[in-house]
Amino acid sequence: MLELKNVSKLFNPGTPDEKVALMNANLTCNSGEFITVIGSNGAGKSTLMNIISGVMKPDIGEVRIEGNAIQQLPEYERSRWIGRVFQDPMAGTAPRMSIEENLAMAYKRGQKRGFSLGVTSAKRMLFHEQLQRLGIGLENRLSAKVGLLSGGERQALSLLMATFTKPQILLLDEHTAALDPARAELITRLTEEIVREMKLTTLMVTHNMEQAIRLGNRLIMMDKGKIILDIPHDRKKNLTVSQLLGEFQQISGQQLADDRIVLG
Amino acid sequence: MLDSIYGAIALGLIYALMALGVYITFRILDFPDLTVDGSFATGGAIAAVMITQGYSPWLATLGAFVGGLAAGACTGLLHTKGKINGLLAGILMMIALYSINIRIMGKPNVSIVNMDTLLSPIAKPIGLFILVLLVAVLIVKLLLDAFLHTDLGLALRATGDNSKMIRSLGSNTDTTTVIGISLSNGLVAVSGALIAQQGGFADSTMGVGMIVIGLASVIIGEAIFGARTVIIATLAVVMGSIVYRIVIALALRVELLEASDLKMITALIVIIALVVPTVRRTYKQRSLARKRSAELLAIPAMDKGGKS
Repeated sequence: MLELKNVSKLFNPGTPDEKVALMNANLTCNSGEFITVIGSNGAGKSTLMNIISGVMKPDIGEVRIEGNAIQQLPEYERSRWIGRVFQDPMAGTAPRMSIEENLAMAYKRGQKRGFSLGVTSAKRMLFHEQLQRLGIGLENRLSAKVGLLSGGERQALSLLMATFTKPQILLLDEHTAALDPARAELITRLTEEIVREMKLTTLMVTHNMEQAIRLGNRLIMMDKGKIILDIPHDRKKNLTVSQLLGEFQQISGQQLADDRIVLG
Repeated sequence: MLDSIYGAIALGLIYALMALGVYITFRILDFPDLTVDGSFATGGAIAAVMITQGYSPWLATLGAFVGGLAAGACTGLLHTKGKINGLLAGILMMIALYSINIRIMGKPNVSIVNMDTLLSPIAKPIGLFILVLLVAVLIVKLLLDAFLHTDLGLALRATGDNSKMIRSLGSNTDTTTVIGISLSNGLVAVSGALIAQQGGFADSTMGVGMIVIGLASVIIGEAIFGARTVIIATLAVVMGSIVYRIVIALALRVELLEASDLKMITALIVIIALVVPTVRRTYKQRSLARKRSAELLAIPAMDKGGKS
């Protein structure tokens, strides 16, 4: 279970560029929930991800995983609970290292790294088997440099690396936004499969309204650093994109402004 | 002539340890570490002083290694914890080490001529000398290769390749950076210790320009032998160091050049090795782009958007 309690975060505090990224945000994610996150530009979606993963620390407020306050832990210590896929396909993998070496690093998520061999034949078999699930032939290219893969392939690998050690929380930060439609569809399908099979507690930021409604079992909408709308599974099932935009307008008093928005 | 080539090969093998250190920082960590100029002399100083005080040459060389580790760790900490720019952190340590090295020796240079060193029992004949050095350097290379394939080694490589990723997988990149720079300077100091034992003295200025020589070895090695995998890259670095020494030995036989021109020649080698590939790549890419554009123009617009 993941909880955010009264979390606030300012950028450039005390300067003319001061910006509220999160203001008194509260969120409780129950185990196994798959939450999609939407919101206008600068609503605080990415900051929310960064606060949970530990890239940033909240100015005030608490982040709890399984009841333990972790807001002061650095990112590398939180990673044992949190898997993450970034928007940029280049961000989640090391390009000058091989596929199996990348997977070996993910395999050691949150564990102490010592002097034992990174890639062993036993692990190689495990990687082969896991890569097969992706269905894009990466299992036959274990020793290829990741830099040689396409954006879609790298993102699929990132997704596997973020999930195959079964972290308690999976953060997906617009992880299909930089891909062409066919590849985005592949990654979306894989995400759905993996999250369902492993019952991962997931937060997924997306600009695709249709995707936000179709995927997952809860939807939250953010605006100006706050969570302004929280739609549970039973209501979400019958939701339409126009209803969603209407609700946003009603609550925030303005149109959803997102220059990358995809209505689906 | 042949003698000077043999001498160059032997020197190249000793300097190869320093080049491997430079490879760790420049290529693996992507950290331009200038501590090397200082830590090379630190290694020489520690070894020479310990040998004059009667310690075994093995212990003296080990002492040099530890001194190098410490120097590197300081640079690493200045950079990661003190948030000092990497280049500046290295320069600061290099300058500080200049004084520290004279303190270690108690004077600007220490002679160990005619004392027992690691190299004195094997110095002759030259063939044996080269063979023993080659085996020793290859052992170090293989150990380094093995280390870079352990879990910790993978994290170290990822720190230079994609630090954001490896942090999100639970590695403290500050720690891996410090370990990498430390190990690098440990190797550099051992190289300095061996050069002092081979030359019979340690001098506070023996490290000047060492970083450029190390870089030259790495670049020459990679240009000739490639760097497809870590195992090939480390071998290339060792070979690069030898080739560099041979080139210098040959250059010094040219009547026009004097021994004091050595550093200028080194700088020129590095400049050429850096500029030529860039120019070639730009030229290649431009001609490829031109060719592809012409090809695309030639294709009628029939299968537009057909490719994914």
